[in-house]
Amino acid sequence: MTKQIAFIITLLVTLGVFSYTAWRIYGFFRLTKRAFPVKDWGKRIELVLKVAFGQSRIFRMPLLGFFHALVFWGFCVILFGSIEMVIDGVSGSERSLQSLGILYKIIIASGDIFALLVAVSILVFLFRRIFLHVRRFEGIEMKKISHIDAKIALTLILLLMVSLMGMNASYVQMKNLTGEPMAGVFPVSHYFAPLLAGMEIQKLHTWHEIFWWSHILLIFLFANILPYSKHFHVFMSVPNVLLARLDPLGKLPNMDQVTREVKLMLNPDTAFAALDSQAPPERFGVKDCEDVTWKNYLDALSCTECGRCTSVCPANITGKRLSPRKIMMDLRARMKEKGPGMLKHGKQYDDGKSLVRSYITEEELWACTTCNACARECPILINHPTLIVDMRRYLVMEEGSAPGELKAMFSYLENNGAPWQYSPEDRLLWTKDLELNVPEMVQ
Amino acid sequence: MPMPKITITIPIMAEVHARGEKPEYLFWVGCAGAYDDRYKKVTRAFAKILTHMGVSFAILGTEETCTGDPARRAGNEMLFQMQALQNIATFEKYGIKKILTICPHCFNTFKNEYPDLGGNYEVIHYVQFLDQAIRENKLRVPKSVLQQTRITYHDPCYLGRANNIYKEPRFVLEQVTDHLVEMDRNRSFSLCCGAGGAQMFKEAEKGNKEVFIERTEEALSTNAEVIATACPFCMTMLTDGIKYKNKEQEVKNYDIAELIAQALNL
Repeated sequence: MTKQIAFIITLLVTLGVFSYTAWRIYGFFRLTKRAFPVKDWGKRIELVLKVAFGQSRIFRMPLLGFFHALVFWGFCVILFGSIEMVIDGVSGSERSLQSLGILYKIIIASGDIFALLVAVSILVFLFRRIFLHVRRFEGIEMKKISHIDAKIALTLILLLMVSLMGMNASYVQMKNLTGEPMAGVFPVSHYFAPLLAGMEIQKLHTWHEIFWWSHILLIFLFANILPYSKHFHVFMSVPNVLLARLDPLGKLPNMDQVTREVKLMLNPDTAFAALDSQAPPERFGVKDCEDVTWKNYLDALSCTECGRCTSVCPANITGKRLSPRKIMMDLRARMKEKGPGMLKHGKQYDDGKSLVRSYITEEELWACTTCNACARECPILINHPTLIVDMRRYLVMEEGSAPGELKAMFSYLENNGAPWQYSPEDRLLWTKDLELNVPEMVQ
Repeated sequence: MPMPKITITIPIMAEVHARGEKPEYLFWVGCAGAYDDRYKKVTRAFAKILTHMGVSFAILGTEETCTGDPARRAGNEMLFQMQALQNIATFEKYGIKKILTICPHCFNTFKNEYPDLGGNYEVIHYVQFLDQAIRENKLRVPKSVLQQTRITYHDPCYLGRANNIYKEPRFVLEQVTDHLVEMDRNRSFSLCCGAGGAQMFKEAEKGNKEVFIERTEEALSTNAEVIATACPFCMTMLTDGIKYKNKEQEVKNYDIAELIAQALNL
């Protein structure tokens, strides 16, 4: 009974803190703009199956991808056991879902195997981070805190797995001693259990309790740390895939507010008419975190800073300042900085800074070739180039700021309909003196 | 003995339209195709192929104007939309339904971006057109001197990643050579030439290397004699890269259309 009460209180505290976090993040989302309409659910579910559960993009780097996939699949299976632990904790029962029969046995057995596989993968990741020089984990955006953040998350996951394995092993050994039937199958813990031989039943029971509590408390702690770390990824990546932009990578979103203006301008009847005064003037492009769409912000929250995007970016590879990962990290950091102020004082709140310039320099924005290598590589379908172009849109349309050569290109385009200074008359020059060889049979 | 030649005239949409005829395709030449001295050769090569195949087509000629792509990617949405609406009006005037492009950027803009502004067409990049023509036996490419040539293909971003066109250019190239080799980064992993997103029109930002040099080095490491492309910007960048590396004698940069025209001895 005491255990039950203690558990329920812990659970309520966890849920309370989590709800506060969720409510705060929801507030930030409300500051963002509309994106595309979310439809085509069939296609979306297919994407989730392929990209999230199938880990298709992660496997573009096969070896490390394999370890990540193990961790992901392990999480999915082990989640089931965690739900059971919560039910057990609240109701005071033991292994309450065993009535599911064969399904239960399969899931528990997989969880038992995956606990070991995940632990091994995490050790590989930690080893890599600590002892190997991985270029992908470096860059101007990768501060000391980013590395600490990563190591904390990895350590927590490792502890989660260790406590789970301890729990399972002590459970199996207890059942071995008492001869009672086991709920579930434990292919791995079956081998670990004899390590606990020599312990009395009472002591085993205590150890089982310790592992049980450490495991569930770590889960509660982990869940509440995640939203404040880059590992928010664990919660947000699957929704981010589900809500991904489905357009071809080559397509940039149309600015409908510009279409309205251009159509008015091109129409002789309305060319000089005042613009629709009902609509409040909206800022063109993205200057700050309130100008991004909810999808941009979701992208930023889902990013786990793996750096696959940056490692394939032609600008970054050749030493330019641009790093697509940094764009996502900057947006997230900026919202964290300005969001609370806007929630308190309204959207007009100004802290004298902005995403463009205070975080992302013009030099970075103009280095992008819109080649879409970053977006193609991202394992969770984050789209960086559309946001980069949105920031260029702000610079060009609101500030008239662009590299001189681009301004020249704009004026050629306006004056002679080509990005170079040539006369439209010259468009036919290539057709002059065009000769075709005639094969003999045609003659 | 030199082969007899005939002079061909490229049909212009306004004239064809005035005669009451309706060509099946609009052949969209693009600004690079019309103005860039190197790329004009590609335009001519493809026009020859179309004529050789007896395809019903016409060009807009002086009525053509930039799709607006470089303006859009450089952030000038206003200018892009003005260009786009102007082009859409021209297409409407001639009742254009099918557009053939040689430039992947024009292709992408028509195909993916004009529909948002009310312009819906069947847009075909020439590598798709050649791929289909060969598969349907409308075009037979004989084995030629190129058969023994080692060729590597550089995927333009706006054909590849932007529109998932990877197989067609390779299939077309396999008609002319038995030695098609791949760079390390190919298909969706392909590295940009460095010219996309309006970079073509400006100096690169400060770094430790030019993107086109990085890509050229990769292409050269395949020991190919020909680097094939299907994009005017890629061609400019890679041709510069070959020059920079002093490999002009050993390695040539050709567009797929030129290689096909050469194999057909047009």
